[in-house]
Amino acid sequence: MKQMMKGNEAVAAAAIYSGVKCFFGYPITPQTEISAYMAKHLPENGGVFLQAESEISAINMVYGAAGAGFRVMTSSSGPGMSLKQEGISFLAGADLPCVIVNVMRGGPGLGGIQPSQADYFQAVKGGGHGDYRLIVLAPASVREMAEFTVRAFNLADKWRMPVMILSDGILGQMMEAVEIDELPAVEHYEKPWAASGRGERKEHNIIKTLYLDPEELERMVFSREERYKEIAREHQDWEEYLCDDAEIVVTAYGITARIARAAVERAREKGIKAGLIRPITLYPFPVKAFENERRAVICAEMSAGQMVEDVRLAVNGRYPVYFYGRTGGMLPDEEEILNCIERAAKGEMV
Amino acid sequence: MKTIYKKPESISDKPFHYCPGCGHGVVHRLIGEVIDELGEEKNTIAVVPVGCAVMGYDYLKCDVLEAAHGRAPAVATGVKRCLPDRLVFSYQGDGDLAAIGTAETIHAAARGENITVIFINNTIYGMTGGQMAPTTLCGQVTQTSPCGRDPYTQGFPLRMCEILSQVDGVSYIERCAIDTVQHINAAKKAIKKAFIYQREHGAYSFIELLCACPTNWGMTPAQAIERVGREMSEYFPLGVYIDKIGSCGR
Ligand SMILES: Cc1ncc(C[n+]2csc(CCOP(=O)(O)OP(=O)(O)O)c2C)c(N)n1
Ligand code: SF4
Repeated sequence: MKQMMKGNEAVAAAAIYSGVKCFFGYPITPQTEISAYMAKHLPENGGVFLQAESEISAINMVYGAAGAGFRVMTSSSGPGMSLKQEGISFLAGADLPCVIVNVMRGGPGLGGIQPSQADYFQAVKGGGHGDYRLIVLAPASVREMAEFTVRAFNLADKWRMPVMILSDGILGQMMEAVEIDELPAVEHYEKPWAASGRGERKEHNIIKTLYLDPEELERMVFSREERYKEIAREHQDWEEYLCDDAEIVVTAYGITARIARAAVERAREKGIKAGLIRPITLYPFPVKAFENERRAVICAEMSAGQMVEDVRLAVNGRYPVYFYGRTGGMLPDEEEILNCIERAAKGEMV
Repeated sequence: MKTIYKKPESISDKPFHYCPGCGHGVVHRLIGEVIDELGEEKNTIAVVPVGCAVMGYDYLKCDVLEAAHGRAPAVATGVKRCLPDRLVFSYQGDGDLAAIGTAETIHAAARGENITVIFINNTIYGMTGGQMAPTTLCGQVTQTSPCGRDPYTQGFPLRMCEILSQVDGVSYIERCAIDTVQHINAAKKAIKKAFIYQREHGAYSFIELLCACPTNWGMTPAQAIERVGREMSEYFPLGVYIDKIGSCGR
């Protein structure tokens, strides 16, 4: 059945569909509808909704529930996401699966409550301390907010690691139609490692991150790196639009990709061979999407320039990479991106 | 030959790394004995802190989660909400519980989480080498209060049992000392009562244990244990603060 829903509600509904046992939240705009939906619907589905005393507590409750072997989620934005970073590092260090939703708003500091994509570095490059990665998924519609939530739970359990949905204030707040009963299949994974009470197990299970012996810690980190490499081979995902013969490619993720798509269509009307690459996994970054030769690629973001660094690494100097961004809650508009495409086509973009 | 004294079943064979005279080893043993007596080894989940007791996961034979510094009550909340029929306890030092984790401590109590909090108060940060703790006594010399704690610039010591007594979600609070045999027996009784309350009444309990840290106090074990009974017990009076389930006092 098709239903009109806010992106935030779609995430929450899809998490319940995925069998989430607990949701631990703390209010902050523009993600609070996730908590509100969970407060209303999770208990009636046999789960636990709890408003924590801070984002720090919320993420550590996630650690407890994930360590006990249950599907668990939290969400936040801006300063709240910053507070979660220590906990995320612990979750990664203890190899615990969970889903974290960031509905990005403008920063730094309190910043603003309008949409942004300025937490790309925080999500993709670490955020917390130590060598670790998250799988980061970037939805671009309310339907994808729901679908990627299911996918995030499956990936988290499969790879035993936290998965982040990197969304923004527009996707969280806007309403679109979603088929909540036609979501991807929920995969089930055994969790023999969980600290759920020893029962008849011979050995006790320990969920921990402390390795005082440096050789052992290095081994743990390197084995995780191996897993990340496997993930990078298996899970790079992106969407292409009009890319077959494209000379000028715009690359953008999330809501910005939808604006860029309209700009690409207008450039085509003007006879420019433009195309769009929309990264869906931000980690692993879809390096393979940039293998074909182009005249130039333009990276458009709602930030001062973050994903563009990964685009440059992927292109590796083979052709020019340009950047266009608006930030602080401002959106690049179609006209501005079209203008970039035209300038790039004439070789005037710098 | 008759065995009259042995290691509890729920404590592993790994030798403790604690210093001579340290309270942690004694309290581990008490917890082990209580878990054995209640037959809960297979059903218990412990949450250990960041502090000298972080390696508690090597000593306890039940399942264990190591929490980030100060976050044990939040981690225990996550566990217990998923597994309400397990016995869940957190084990925390004073820096962990009353400084960086004050919010988690108070709010888990406010929610009346069905967990037991075991609080090791040794008036100092043990693991990091003896810095001032939220419970460091006025005048006490530590690495970061070299002239003795001055309450007017460094704050007054926090009495956590008294603070938590103001929180309605709490069912049982008791402060005991790990110094004399009599006190140690009382501490064991308190831990056992708290676990029974959790199991049978869904109760939040808070057990504070005054412990020695001879190493960072710069004392011999004997001097340190004497300090627990004298100076520490004077500022942190022993006794039952709240008992909403049983009859009060002992
Ligand atoms: C976020 C964070 N800050 C600081 C530390 C360093 N640290 C490790 S143990 C500790 C203090 C432990 O003292 P206490 O809780 O009193 O336990 P004790 O060692 O005395 O048993 C500190 C500050 C840390 N691990 N994490
Ligand atoms: S430093 Fe203090 S608290 Fe830590 S093990 Fe030694 S005596 Fe115990």
